[in-house]
Amino acid sequence: MLLLLLIVVGLGVVLTRDLLKATMLFAIYSLTIAGLFAALDAGDVALTEAAVGAGISTILILAVLALVPRHEKRRGGHNLAALFTVLVTGAALVYASLDLPEFGAADNPVHQHVGPYYIEQTYSDMGIPNLVAAVLAGYRSIDTMGEAVVILTAGIAVYALLSVPPRRRRKKGPPA
Amino acid sequence: MKDNPILVVVARFLIPLVMLFGLYVQFHGEYSPGGGFQAGVIFSAGWILFVFVYGLETGLRIIPPGVIYTLASLGVLLYCFIGLLGVILGGRFLDFYPLLESPHAAQQAGIILVEFGVGVTVATVVMLFFLMFARRRGEEIAGGLDPDAEDEPQPDEDDWR
Repeated sequence: MLLLLLIVVGLGVVLTRDLLKATMLFAIYSLTIAGLFAALDAGDVALTEAAVGAGISTILILAVLALVPRHEKRRGGHNLAALFTVLVTGAALVYASLDLPEFGAADNPVHQHVGPYYIEQTYSDMGIPNLVAAVLAGYRSIDTMGEAVVILTAGIAVYALLSVPPRRRRKKGPPA
Repeated sequence: MKDNPILVVVARFLIPLVMLFGLYVQFHGEYSPGGGFQAGVIFSAGWILFVFVYGLETGLRIIPPGVIYTLASLGVLLYCFIGLLGVILGGRFLDFYPLLESPHAAQQAGIILVEFGVGVTVATVVMLFFLMFARRRGEEIAGGLDPDAEDEPQPDEDDWR
């Protein structure tokens, strides 16, 4: 049911020319994915998707839309090469997905690697019940430090791009 | 939006709750879903809602830009400092066990501190993003460019409803 809603909303995002409407639909899309994650018992990912995908990215896209025209320019014609590439890639992915192991089976490769160690040892190692927090900040804390640095770098990049005053570049406006 | 009483009342009620929930997600992250990233995002969403209602000037009076820049760097520095503290106390980089006597308490203290660093950085960087875009819009309007000039509804170009 949620997947169906996801497809409908995704098509809506692609088809609409109104970027504000696309932003709102994208927020609904993120919220639906968050619901799916929650249904799969992935609370941390669901919370992240709801807060970042549905919340902050929507606000940031709206902030960008406040700077650019609201409607997408219509372009004539179709790009057949792009359609062909998308169809071939999609068909290849669907074909590959037939070979995936059964969803949720206990002997899948993903459950044979380091997962069991974390599940068995986290509480005796760290004494905290949330495995995800333990893995992110404890076992894999250098990765998380890298992520924090990436966020700071993104902030610096946005600051560098937007702190210079805008040039008067638009020709179409009425001569002031 | 200050003159819309419904928005102001709802926002006044919601902003503390949003920020409180952000802090809950931050400091309760070892027991329930959550952590620094989500908490930072939720906390800054509270501030952005405040800016939507009261305007950017008021929002910047509460958290000045200098504080935003400083905290964004301090969050990452706190993370690295906790990592180096483990080295100083005789462990490895980002090794939390040397921090305290009891291994569990040491791990929990380390995790809480680094997550706090992540949360501070994420919250302030998101505020910085919003601040830069909002300022840019103000500059464009002040510079005689109207960002909304092409925003007239164009119903014939809208083929999805």
